[in-house]
Amino acid sequence: MTTANQAAIERYRNNFLKEVEANVEEGHMVKMCMQCGVCAGSCPLGPHWTHSPQKIFMMIRAGKRDEVLGSDSMFMCTSCYNCMVRCPRQLPITHIMHGLANYAHRLGLAPKGQPTRDFATLFWNNLSKKGRVNELMLTLQHYFRNGLVAGIKEAMAMQGIGLGMFKAKRINPMEIFGGHGVKDLKGFHAIIAKAKEIEDRKKGFTA
Amino acid sequence: MNAPATPKYAAYICSGCGIGDAMKVGQLENIAKREGKMTVVKSHPFLCNAEGVQLIKDDIANEQVTHVCIAACSRRAKTEAFQFDGVAMSRANLREGVLWVVAQGKEHDEVRQEMAADYVRMGCAEVKKMKQPAGNVKEASSKAILVVGGGMSGMTAALEIAETGYEVVLVEKSGALGGMAGNLWKRQPFKAPYAEAQDTGVADMAARVSSHAQIKVHLNSTLAETSGAPGRFTVKIAQESGAVTDVTVGAIVQATGFTPYDMAKLPDLGGGQANVVDQVGLEALAKAAKGGEIKRADGKPVKSVVFVQCAGQRDPSGQHLSYCSGHCCGTSVKQAMYFKDQNPDIDTVVMYQDLRLPGMGEDFYRSAQQKGVIFTKGKASKVSGGDSCNVTFKDLILDEENTIPADLVVLATGQVPNAGVDLEKWNPVVTAAEGGDEAAKAQRDEMRATQSVLKLTYRQGPDMPQFKHGFADSHFICFPYETRRTGIYAAGPVRRPMDMLQAIDDATGAALKAIQAVENASVGRAAHPRSGDLSFPTARLEGCTQCKRCTVECPFGAIDEDEKRFPKFNEERCRRCGTCMGACPVRVISFENYSVDTVGSQVKAVEIPEEDEEKPRILVLACENDAYPALDMAGLARMNYSAWVRVIPVRCLGSVNTIWITDALNSGYDGVMMMGCKKGDEYQCHFVKGSELAHYRMSKIGDTLKQMGLEPERVVTQEVAITDNARVVKLINDYVAELDKLGPSPMKGFG
Amino acid sequence: MAKKEYAFYPGCSSQLKASASNYLVSTNSMCNKLDIKLTEIPDWNCCGASIGYCEGGELPRIAINARNFAQAETHLPGQDIVATCAACWLSARESKERLDASAQLMKETNEALAAAGLNYKGTAEVRHMVEVLIEDFGYEGLKAPMKKSLEGLKIAGYVGCQTNRPFGIAGESFENPMYLDKMVETLGGEALTKYEQKVTCCGGALAFSEPEKSQKQIRDIVESAYDHGAEMIVTPCPLCQANVEVYQSEINKKQGTKFNMPVVYYSQLMTVAYGGSAKDAALDGQLIRAEKLEKIAGK
Repeated sequence: MTTANQAAIERYRNNFLKEVEANVEEGHMVKMCMQCGVCAGSCPLGPHWTHSPQKIFMMIRAGKRDEVLGSDSMFMCTSCYNCMVRCPRQLPITHIMHGLANYAHRLGLAPKGQPTRDFATLFWNNLSKKGRVNELMLTLQHYFRNGLVAGIKEAMAMQGIGLGMFKAKRINPMEIFGGHGVKDLKGFHAIIAKAKEIEDRKKGFTA
Repeated sequence: MNAPATPKYAAYICSGCGIGDAMKVGQLENIAKREGKMTVVKSHPFLCNAEGVQLIKDDIANEQVTHVCIAACSRRAKTEAFQFDGVAMSRANLREGVLWVVAQGKEHDEVRQEMAADYVRMGCAEVKKMKQPAGNVKEASSKAILVVGGGMSGMTAALEIAETGYEVVLVEKSGALGGMAGNLWKRQPFKAPYAEAQDTGVADMAARVSSHAQIKVHLNSTLAETSGAPGRFTVKIAQESGAVTDVTVGAIVQATGFTPYDMAKLPDLGGGQANVVDQVGLEALAKAAKGGEIKRADGKPVKSVVFVQCAGQRDPSGQHLSYCSGHCCGTSVKQAMYFKDQNPDIDTVVMYQDLRLPGMGEDFYRSAQQKGVIFTKGKASKVSGGDSCNVTFKDLILDEENTIPADLVVLATGQVPNAGVDLEKWNPVVTAAEGGDEAAKAQRDEMRATQSVLKLTYRQGPDMPQFKHGFADSHFICFPYETRRTGIYAAGPVRRPMDMLQAIDDATGAALKAIQAVENASVGRAAHPRSGDLSFPTARLEGCTQCKRCTVECPFGAIDEDEKRFPKFNEERCRRCGTCMGACPVRVISFENYSVDTVGSQVKAVEIPEEDEEKPRILVLACENDAYPALDMAGLARMNYSAWVRVIPVRCLGSVNTIWITDALNSGYDGVMMMGCKKGDEYQCHFVKGSELAHYRMSKIGDTLKQMGLEPERVVTQEVAITDNARVVKLINDYVAELDKLGPSPMKGFG
Repeated sequence: MAKKEYAFYPGCSSQLKASASNYLVSTNSMCNKLDIKLTEIPDWNCCGASIGYCEGGELPRIAINARNFAQAETHLPGQDIVATCAACWLSARESKERLDASAQLMKETNEALAAAGLNYKGTAEVRHMVEVLIEDFGYEGLKAPMKKSLEGLKIAGYVGCQTNRPFGIAGESFENPMYLDKMVETLGGEALTKYEQKVTCCGGALAFSEPEKSQKQIRDIVESAYDHGAEMIVTPCPLCQANVEVYQSEINKKQGTKFNMPVVYYSQLMTVAYGGSAKDAALDGQLIRAEKLEKIAGK
């Protein structure tokens, strides 16, 4: 991982904007930001970000690679798309945030222990395992992310909800033994593996 | 039509639109006859229809009527129906001024009738003092137009005028046409998709100007003297060599452009250092590169460049330009493209506080972003020089101090208008010179020789008055291109900061104005805003005390002094506002159809009730441009105002002579209210200075009131806009209530 | 009217005994009444959802969506793909638009699909169930099967994010979409059109990872519904439904509120209005019982 990061630093020198344009989903649109700040004012998690999208874009142009890729801000995205539909310059802000988060995560520069980073990783691993999300496992794995004791605490706190969901037939305890999945699991995994291989090659995650 | 020798007066009272239902028209007829002394008095149920109009026309033709008072609607209504050649005409406003504003109902019948009766009296009194203006056709009027300046504005104006069929004389100071535009490598795009810088088109335009049969170009030339007036300007064109050519023109377009703000005044931003240039300097480097690698003065190719916007502009400290020059953001966007188009790897940063890209500039901005120009919202505080400059700035988004290196720094300095001598500075020098101060005389001559553009021989100075920041005074919204020198029009950045496309529009507008001016001058007609007016001021010089107030106060510099130091009216320069008439302490200035008497006799015609009747009378002098329409509009909206007021429209508050006010108060009016346009920096006065002068004069009226034993509150001056219909009603009603508290005027019964 | 047929993409949450099973049940009931035939895309897989970005990246997410398209094209040719889940619709439609716009991406995606012997031609259309209802039936058409009016029910239409942005329903605004209100009115209910939280984000997947921050959002959404006198909230999105319904008890516990606002799907309202039973409408699937709706269903 560090090699991918070092390679990127080496390759783009101090032109972080170029690096973003090449390696980040929709990164080529970062330069079109006109710094109006509508995104910052439209984000439901606005009060919790260290850097608004507006600032992130400014920082990219100012070459602040470490600060951007180490920021927790992209992980605050709820994917509500409010910034994106309001952007007067039609920047796909949501996608750029996702792309930056992915890039930072893959380079190993994203903040460690960031809860959404961890949950999102868990989610992808969960769905890619069987081709469909195992909601029970996802929930349990999430609760137990910080170890057994913390997990039991959290699960106990939420047990009322779990019971309600069970009564309403909206959760299946049997999922712990497998649950829903695609039949052609082999093919599904092959598709993901191939796609990942192509993407990693393009974005410099593999040498 | 030959004017009959003896005047014959006629009044026509319309009973239509409900006037006849709410008022006793028969009584009004009697008043017109007995008190108004009208020979012919008729009423008609629909005076503005064909039959009613014919009735008046027949009387003019068959009964030799010479003066017509129409008591019907506002003078602003039915102007086409009530237009009779060869007769003087007054209008008594019974509809908008009485019927629609006095409260309805029987209990108001009496005051309504009194108000109507007074307006009939006033209309009759006014028309008897009026003369039909004869006009003053100029036989040898020139229709050629002088264009001063051969840049984009000047060349555009010259071509527009010439293509319309008028002769143009174009004077250009330098040895070639093109002006500032000629210094550019490329210009901003004028057409969709607004994405790429374009050829300036200057060479082609200069060729068209030079070869045009209707345009005579004088290069290396300046104006040595400009005298005369619209239709008869005499201009001495001096060549660098010293040769002088005399030309006669009818109007002038001043398109003298701008000078970039001197970056030597910006040492903190690197002004004066080798690798720091202004935008004009960058154009020179780009021109030298001819589309290739742009190199610095020392020959080193530029690999990184920072554009510092608002350099010495929008400066709140007062040290530099306080305003935005409008074009510089677009210019820097264009110049940044010079680099990116040649080599996308050149680091190109535009450092701005607020990007301002008028017109379709946003598209151009987007295009630059596509090309990879980096836009940084920041304020530069320091540019250190050397082989690699360092730009220190405050990042306004990230809120931190930062520094970026650059091979070249471009300062976007602003536009300083080439408007000539600042008359505010000129006037005290001239006063001192006239007092015999030798140093002042030398300074005056120096200013005239080196700073003046037009070198006018006008009493009020050699150039146009300036407004804010040294730009030629022209109302940028209501009447662009118009200046305070009739027949002389400003176009381009000398008028306000602007880019090339705006300057082209501007020059086209000014060209049309100049054409109007020569046509008006040739038939003795007024220009804007009293377009078509044939009256002009005359003075009974035998009564003149040579106080010079008229020559000083005329907003348009229309009045010079003759050899005997009497005022010399240049009627072609006159806008017919009457400011001179308002200024004259001995009341010797008048127009044929507008004079101290036409208004004064109306003031006196109003019947002032005795004190015990408890019917106050308040005179409202309302500017015809905005205040009177606002009052009409209030009527149209059926808003009620007090029936105690009597409104007289005036051409401009500047024309209000204080005698009207003292006469009114002497004859027992309880108060006088003046309504004029907004004055000051945001002025809306159609004659620029009239409203301001009126306010000034009224501020001095206190002593007179004191001598009369009257409270100063009895005279008020208000600024109103044409949209203020609800407000004028409130102003009147509040004022009536205030006067009610003061009680009746002690002058009642002495009049 | 001829039966309308669609390739159905229920998504992970709309499976039996999954978190939006009530959406699935009521959708099936609603479609029966409207004479819609839904055929599940054979062996469909997860869309990746928005939250998949972090680990999934760009191409893998697009590729798994393309796998569903390829299945639909092969097995249900000519049928539009219809999703009920907002996230499924969004991911699928986003993938489709990207693929339509870029030949390079199409090539890479098919390279990945080839690993499972699949190929995507780019013919399948991706739509949301709400689009089907509004565009293929119209509000008037939706009235046809009505047996009961929802008269007297005050309903806040909570549109949320992903059926609204970035694509939305044609003709609607992002800031104030009206289609849920119009649906409620079509069914005879009282739409609280001034409900100002209708497009507020519920926190989405961050309900798990950032519960405090999400619950603040949810509180606003529920509180405003109460302020407007709502008796229930209706939504087109399973994550909205789950978050806004499920966390009310948590918020009550932590903040001392007394929230008890039912949150139902439009498909449940329609099933009831079309004469379906509470069971047909899966009203037994609510954590907070929609008693007033159950009452109408029981009439």
